[in-house]
Amino acid sequence: MDVEETPLPGIGLRREIVLDNGRRVGIVTHRDGQTELIISRLDDPDACLASVPMSVEEAATLGGLLGGPKLVAQLSEEHSELPGVSTRQFPVTEGSPFSGHALGEARIRTRSGASVVAIIREGQVMPSPAPNDTMNPGDLLIVVGTPDGLDAAAKILHGG
Amino acid sequence: MGGTTLVLIELGLVFLGLGILGRLAARIGMSPVPLYLLGGLAFGNGGLIEFASINEFSHIASEIGVVLLLLMLGLEYTARELATGLRQSWQAGVVDMLLNFLPGALLALILGWGGIGALVLGGVTYISSSGIAAKVLTDLGRLGNRETPVVLSILVLEDLAMAAYLPVLTTVLAGASFLGGLQAVGAALLAVSAVLFLAIRYGQRITGWIHSPEQETFLLKLIGVALLVAGLASAMQVSAAVGAFLLGIAISGATAESAVRVLAPLRDIFAAMFFVVFGLNTDPASIPPVLVWTIVLGVLTAGTKMATGWWAARQAGIGRWGRLRAGAALIARGEFSIVIAGLAVASGAIVPELAAVVTAYVMLMAVTGPIATRFAEPAVRRISRQPEAEPAS
Repeated sequence: MDVEETPLPGIGLRREIVLDNGRRVGIVTHRDGQTELIISRLDDPDACLASVPMSVEEAATLGGLLGGPKLVAQLSEEHSELPGVSTRQFPVTEGSPFSGHALGEARIRTRSGASVVAIIREGQVMPSPAPNDTMNPGDLLIVVGTPDGLDAAAKILHGG
Repeated sequence: MGGTTLVLIELGLVFLGLGILGRLAARIGMSPVPLYLLGGLAFGNGGLIEFASINEFSHIASEIGVVLLLLMLGLEYTARELATGLRQSWQAGVVDMLLNFLPGALLALILGWGGIGALVLGGVTYISSSGIAAKVLTDLGRLGNRETPVVLSILVLEDLAMAAYLPVLTTVLAGASFLGGLQAVGAALLAVSAVLFLAIRYGQRITGWIHSPEQETFLLKLIGVALLVAGLASAMQVSAAVGAFLLGIAISGATAESAVRVLAPLRDIFAAMFFVVFGLNTDPASIPPVLVWTIVLGVLTAGTKMATGWWAARQAGIGRWGRLRAGAALIARGEFSIVIAGLAVASGAIVPELAAVVTAYVMLMAVTGPIATRFAEPAVRRISRQPEAEPAS
C-alpha cells in the first residue's frame, strides 16, 4: 500500500492512504506529538469529512484494533495446514475480571486448551507473552486453539 | 506617588486590561491582536486615559516583543522546510507578492505618502498572518484538506520573504540611498543563505550548544543568544527582527520544541506590549478620516489574497471549493503587518496617517480573515445553490 506523506510546514506531517472508493484516510502528526485522524469527503475529495484529535494512547489502541485482523489472518494462513486449529483475537475490556491481572492468573491454557500467542498493545505486537505479563484494558489477545477451546477462552476472559 | 509606584500601577492596569481583552477574544474564538491594538488606542496618545510613566519600559519591552515574535516564527520552521518550500512553490510566492504588495503600495502613492510609504504599506498588505491562518485551519479541522499544504507553503514563503524585506525596510527608513538599499538586500540575502546552509549542515551543533538540561539556564541562554544576535544584526543593518528569525531557524528538533514551550509565556507578555505600544502611539482621532480608504484597501486585498490562493490551489490540481478555501485562509493579516508598521513608526520617516491606516486595516483583516475562512465556502454554496452532499457509501 502506498502511504503518501505531505509535510505541513510549521505544524507537522500528514500521512494518508487512498482507499478503493477514492476516500483518503490518514493521520496528521503535530510537532507536539498530538495525532489527528482524518477522513476525506467523497463529494469534495480535497476536504475532510472528519478530523478527530486523539491522544497518543488512543491512536495506538486504534492502530492495534486496525492491525489485529491482519495478524489473525496471517496466523490463520500459517495454521491452514493444521485442520482444527484456528486463530482469534479477543479484546481485554474494562469489565473483564482479568483486566489488570497477570496473564497466568487466568490460566487460559489449562482451562481451555487454547494458547495466547501474542498481545497487541498500543499498536505494538508482543509475541509469546510470559505468564507474568499483565493484561491491560484496550489490549488485544491473539489466541490459537480449537474452535471449542477458543469459545472457552472467550468465556474465561469475560466471566472469569 | 514616586515614579516607580506609578509605573507599577500603570503596568498592572495595562496587563490586567490586556488579560481581560485576551479572554474576551478567546471566548469568541478570535485573535487577540485587534483587541490589544484597541486597548492601546484607548490608553494612549489622545485616548481615554493617557499613561505616560511607562513609556520607557514599554518602548524596550515592545522591541523585545518583536525579537521574540520573530524568534518564535523561526522556531516554527526547520531550515529544510524553508528550502523545500522555496524550491517547490516559488511561483506561488511571486504571484502572492505581486498581487498583494502592489495594492498597498499603489494606495500609498495615490495618497501622496511617497516611496517609503509605498514600501511600508505594500509590506503590510503583502504579509498574511501565518499565526492566525495556522490556528484557524487547525481549529476548523482542515489539516487533512488537500489545499492546506498549499496555503501553508505560501505562508512559509511570506515569512521567508520577510527576512529579505525587513533589512531593506530598515535601511530605507534610516534614510539610505538606493545604493544603500541594494547593499542591504545583498547583505540580507547573503545572511539568509548562510544561515539556511549552516542550519542544514550544522543545525545539530548549534542546537546542542544552546540546549541545557535545566529549564532555567536554557531560558537564560536562549534569551541571551537571541538578544545578542538581534543586536548584532541590528548593528550590521540587517534588522534585529531578522537576526532573531534566522536564529530560530537554526535551532531545530527537540530543542526547538522545548524552546517554544519556555519562550511562549514571555513572547505573550512582550508581544502584547508591542501591540499596545503601537496602538498607544496612534491617535484614535486620526482613524475616522482614513476609514474609507482602509475599507477600500481591505476589500481589495481580501480579493487579491483570494486570487492568490485560488491560483496556487489550481496549480496544485485542487477543485474549486478547495481553491475558494485556500484563498479565504490567506486573507487574515496580523502581527507582522504591525511589526512592519511599527518599524516605520519608530523611525519617524512616515506620516501619522499611515499608522492610522495600518491600525484600522489590521483590526479589520484580523477579524474578517478567520470569518471568511470559516464561511466562504458555505456562503458561496448557498448563493450558487450547491449544497454539500456526502453520499452514503
